[in-house]
Amino acid sequence: MTINRRTILKSGLTAAMLPLLSSVAFAQDEPLKVGFIYIGTINDNGWNYAHNQGRLYLEEQLGDAVETTYVENVPEGPDAERVLRELAQSGHDLIFATSFGYGDYVLKVAQQFPDVKFEHATGYQRADNVATYNARFHEGRAVAGTVAGHMSETGKGGYIGSFPIPEVVMGVNAFTLAARKVNPDFTMTPVYISTWNDPAKEADAARAMIDQGIDVITQHTDGPAALQVAEERGIVGGFGQGADMSAFAPQAQLTSIIDNWGPHYVNAAQAVIDGTWESKDSWPGLKEGEVQIGPYGPKVPEDVKAAAEAVKEGQIDGTFNIFTGPINDHTGAERVPAGVTLTDAELLSMDWYVEGVNPPS
Amino acid sequence: MTTELIIAVIITVVGASTPILIAALGELVVERAGVLNLGVEGMMLVGAITGFVIVFTTGNHYLAIALAAAAGVATSLIFGFLTLSLSANQTATGLALTIFGTGFSALAGQGFSARPVTLLGPLFPGLAGDPVWRVIFGYSALVYFALFMVLAIWWFLKKTRAGLILRAVGENDLSAHSIGYSVIGVRYMAVMFGGAMAGIAGACFPLLLTPQWADGMTAGRGWIAVALVVFASWRPLRLLVGAYLFGLVMTTELYAKAGGGPLSAIPSELWAALPYLATIVVLVLISIRRDASTNAPACLGKPFVPSN
Repeated sequence: MTINRRTILKSGLTAAMLPLLSSVAFAQDEPLKVGFIYIGTINDNGWNYAHNQGRLYLEEQLGDAVETTYVENVPEGPDAERVLRELAQSGHDLIFATSFGYGDYVLKVAQQFPDVKFEHATGYQRADNVATYNARFHEGRAVAGTVAGHMSETGKGGYIGSFPIPEVVMGVNAFTLAARKVNPDFTMTPVYISTWNDPAKEADAARAMIDQGIDVITQHTDGPAALQVAEERGIVGGFGQGADMSAFAPQAQLTSIIDNWGPHYVNAAQAVIDGTWESKDSWPGLKEGEVQIGPYGPKVPEDVKAAAEAVKEGQIDGTFNIFTGPINDHTGAERVPAGVTLTDAELLSMDWYVEGVNPPS
Repeated sequence: MTTELIIAVIITVVGASTPILIAALGELVVERAGVLNLGVEGMMLVGAITGFVIVFTTGNHYLAIALAAAAGVATSLIFGFLTLSLSANQTATGLALTIFGTGFSALAGQGFSARPVTLLGPLFPGLAGDPVWRVIFGYSALVYFALFMVLAIWWFLKKTRAGLILRAVGENDLSAHSIGYSVIGVRYMAVMFGGAMAGIAGACFPLLLTPQWADGMTAGRGWIAVALVVFASWRPLRLLVGAYLFGLVMTTELYAKAGGGPLSAIPSELWAALPYLATIVVLVLISIRRDASTNAPACLGKPFVPSN
């Protein structure tokens, strides 16, 4: 079932008027009701699209055992609290809040509905009925960086980011480390554009990079704009982010990093049905299939594919970790000693750049 | 900086400035007629999705531009009917129009976000490949259209009788009415012109800048256009300078950061605020001028209700 905000409001009111009919009272016989809130629309071809694909996968896998609802365009503000409360009041047993800024509102509403389970994507605050989940996108960045290290002719890469949050910094570092394992002279220039969605600005950032000798571009914003410029200008290429974007850049897309939230949604819903759900932080990656590498583009030679696949397989079987030392920071000082691997907590608070990155101001 | 890089920067600046310039020219005419339409962003988005869908389905870029203009006119007529025929508050109606345009374009764009189209090619393909001459002749028709419209609107407002009537309506609606001009009629024409220009400005996004559809892809440039009209103190030639200046600021940020030069030390938040800061500075400068003439049309934003 898909409903819009108005019908959700109505059902929320109904639930409010009948406070005795608690959401769990009839959860036994009825399908598990799972709610999703998205920050944008499901047509963004990126982040929200990927979460919605995960929701569809959940419906497909668990069939009649679940019933899903989603609400689009929920801003990260008081509105989020209202929508979360309405979902909880209208009998949803499990609610996924899929953007970082929902965190405080999730906790607040979760306190008022102890029987409803909440999961917050990319968050860090948990409670008895609030879990967090994320994906190790940086593992995909390491594969992309390997391809870039092999293929870049100028040895200069560009990274179009939204904001310098740890998630993005981690991606810049993983990509750069991987590229420099292949080409020790590879340098990376991150450009932050202060927005997640301004395709014209992304395209102009790509033009600014290409005009100054950068020939491999990757982006941490949601759309294919930079790839389209790469295709038009005929540079070595770039990478799809969140989804396969080869339709926009059949030559220039070297490969893509695909978000695949479906398996996590199935596991979480199944755990609630089985009564085994518990509050925890899950951060799966390539191994669990939550992050996937898309097909390689026609320009990528076989030996580069093999090298990239080796990095991918190494991360899947645990023999390779991109954040294992020795790692120097951008000033050349040793940051991670040889043989030591950064912990998850260190990754999640990453605020420094590795050697080879031209740090932005 | 090499000549080659300077040329490349100019080409990017011209591209980034063009949609702002076109939208602002339309808004300038609307405001000179005494109407404040804050719905530019919404009309641009309707133009953008219309332009995208037409290019996607027919592949004809010029048809897409024409229909984007028509869609802009249709959207502006909602505003016109409410504010001119029903004398609704212009500020509130304009804001509502932006919200409507954002939502409508997202609805109409469902299913189109994963589809690529092609950009409108250069008007002079022979010269567009030349490493030097491309800085003048390497653009698509939209860029030359914007420049042509600067001159056309300047000439219209300054030199023609119709332009004089339009300005009279904006400066003193009662006098214009009393000597027999249709204030509402003139304002409808101006609002429709503004809608057409905003629609074309919106079409610049999928046709000139980034050949795709994304929800909200104008990303606030309609607001820059509105600010720019004030910045230019309602004069077309100043508008041209202002639009290119705004484009230069927006683009220099990206080149500075990608190139890692000394300018890259300026935080991107400051770069993003610069056009608006510049507008505030200009407003302050205008207001401290001795003759106290801000050049703002005297009837700007005031509904006209004929007494008989």
